Amino acid sequence: MDIRAQLSMSFNLDKCIGCHTCSVSCKNIWTTRQGAEYMWWNNVETKPGAGFPLTWEDQERYRGGWEVSDGGNLRLKLIKGNKLRTLASIFFQPNLPTIDDYYEPFTYDYQNLFNAPAGDDQPVARPKSLITGDFMEKISLGPNWDDDFGGSPLYGSNDPNLKGLSESQKEMLTKFHKLFYFYVPRICNHCLNPACVAACPSGALYKRGEDGIVLIDQDTCRAWRFCVSACPYKKPYYNWATGKSEKCIFCYPRTETGQPNACAHSCVGRIRTVGALLYDAERIQEIAKLPDEKLVDGMRDIVLDPFDPKVVEAAKKAGIDGNWIAAAQNSPAYNLFKKWRLSMPNHPEFRTLPMNTYIPPLSPILHQVKADRGGLFDPEADDFFNDIDKMRIPVKFLANLLSAGNEKIVIESLKKQMAVRIYWRQKRVGDIGEKAVKSALSSSGLTPQDCEDIYRLNSLATYKERFVIPETHRESKSTVDPRTMYEKRGTVGFGTKKKELIGRQW
Amino acid sequence: MIDNILFGHMPYLFIVTAVVGTIYRYVANRYTWSSLSSQFLENKSLFYGSFPWHYGIIIILLGHIIGIITPGSILAWNSVPLRLYILEISGLSLGILAFIGLLVLVYRRLTDSRVKAVTSSWDVLLLIVLLIQVATGLANATMYRWGSNWYAASAVPWIWSILTLNPRVDYIATLPLITKVHIFNALIFIGLIPFTRLVHFLAFIGPIKYLFRPWQVVRWYNRDTQTENIVQYK
Repeated sequence: MDIRAQLSMSFNLDKCIGCHTCSVSCKNIWTTRQGAEYMWWNNVETKPGAGFPLTWEDQERYRGGWEVSDGGNLRLKLIKGNKLRTLASIFFQPNLPTIDDYYEPFTYDYQNLFNAPAGDDQPVARPKSLITGDFMEKISLGPNWDDDFGGSPLYGSNDPNLKGLSESQKEMLTKFHKLFYFYVPRICNHCLNPACVAACPSGALYKRGEDGIVLIDQDTCRAWRFCVSACPYKKPYYNWATGKSEKCIFCYPRTETGQPNACAHSCVGRIRTVGALLYDAERIQEIAKLPDEKLVDGMRDIVLDPFDPKVVEAAKKAGIDGNWIAAAQNSPAYNLFKKWRLSMPNHPEFRTLPMNTYIPPLSPILHQVKADRGGLFDPEADDFFNDIDKMRIPVKFLANLLSAGNEKIVIESLKKQMAVRIYWRQKRVGDIGEKAVKSALSSSGLTPQDCEDIYRLNSLATYKERFVIPETHRESKSTVDPRTMYEKRGTVGFGTKKKELIGRQW
Repeated sequence: MIDNILFGHMPYLFIVTAVVGTIYRYVANRYTWSSLSSQFLENKSLFYGSFPWHYGIIIILLGHIIGIITPGSILAWNSVPLRLYILEISGLSLGILAFIGLLVLVYRRLTDSRVKAVTSSWDVLLLIVLLIQVATGLANATMYRWGSNWYAASAVPWIWSILTLNPRVDYIATLPLITKVHIFNALIFIGLIPFTRLVHFLAFIGPIKYLFRPWQVVRWYNRDTQTENIVQYK
């Protein structure tokens, strides 16, 4: 057993209102620099939708993530496991997304509103490219271009998660009474088996042993851009101005001191929780090779029970600090992912073992049957709280997104969420009957205490309950050179340390 | 006299600049050590430029280096006419391949507005030097035949005389003007290494290490052994 610790973020999709506050707080802190304007380390996508960059989930196009070869070996899809292929395509990468797959960053010529000479027409602020500085004829793509179903079915119909859905299910894209969408906020998943790290020819990417955060060493990055291609989530971004790739850093300067990430902290809907997990690094390869339908269970398996005395002892032996073990025992990530089995990773079939998890959205509980009757529904009806299969969002769609197509895992989570509602409905209103509660609890495998705890974590949890982030003990040993540790104070930490004697202006 | 300055003294200026400048840049400002790829901004014409250019020029350059290390092997290979023709023809075709690629790259860099946004004056200077270098190289190969032979017989001894700090300009004093331009331009090219994106070809060590390292890289900051510890997931 090789126990390591990992920080993990959970997202309750039921509660995400798509306000993009997370994206904006992230952008304000980390990516308001030249070359980084187009980057959204945190972004919120409307699903069904094409996503950012466009159709990032389509690995036939981008070839991100891992695959199991015919011989049963785990290999990078991008290069079919052959590292020589990396070197052969180092001068030109056929699967690299370009800026046109994201969007050309732009600003507006606001000064024209003030400086335009008197004339017959109102002056306008024309869009201007932030790359070339030229005026743009028209803005054809931008962040959240298909937000709230904008442009669907033009964009939404390209969502790779619609694969395997029946035509009548796909009507949720176009039919007014069936219309439904939800939001998926995304940051880097800080995977256990990161494809970006495995693809970097320079060895610039690495996973931190202590907290599992995946980072890019800016001084070692040589702009080969394989991380961008290999990451199936397209979360490393290439900075075109500095020639370095950058990615979500899980706000490690904040988490190291026990503060939540900027995106999680600013979340208006309080949909995010952050906690620590203990996992067995020896089993990573074994789990990553599992067949699609077993991947989520395998990932739950690799996460260890922090209350097991054997695990605690092994963790102490592995040098994991006491506050980390305590945090793992009190971890919302552990409870949601493993104890209650409510949350699941995004696209486990990419086999990177992503470490952020999502609770699938239950709302609206309006049945599709009711939607067929013109949107009318009857809360008194017997089947109001049942029939998850008749939900507006097809379970297949959620399964494609969150459990590699395994509908059972999604249904289990939805049933549990439903059981919690039934439990609380009976407790508060009392119109359902103890019998219904008992059957809901027994069929979903929850105890009344679980229902209390799930309700508390998802609805009432305070700051300290949602963010159980152990501080790291940098003081014990540190790679930070005391002579240079203040060099980047007052900056975001990206970019050259000194003004260059000779060279480019950036 | 002028030969003496250009080929007897200047080489040291360029070589010292290259060595000192490159080490300084690596130590003081490693962040700028990047090829500054522009594929992200424009990837349509890049393919037709970058692929032929890099594969052509790398093989040609390796040929030159082999000539420096073992000139005898080149001469021995060329002793049979058929083998000489094979070497010359493959050299020339690789040169043409590189030249075509370079023309595409120059065109792309000067016309695409996005690529222009990441082009510095150093890049333009470098492209001019490269164009001269490849053009004079091709001219040498076509006008003064069997360049591979007299390269090994005249230029290589001169290179060794430079490297052994005993410059013998007479080895190349009688070479034609185009060849001299080719040689002097190569010296400028070497001198430009620390100032331009050329440093990226010195970064090849990383990718070669990649072939032998485990897939995953993990760094620990509180483990005793190493601060940078490459561990393979089991």
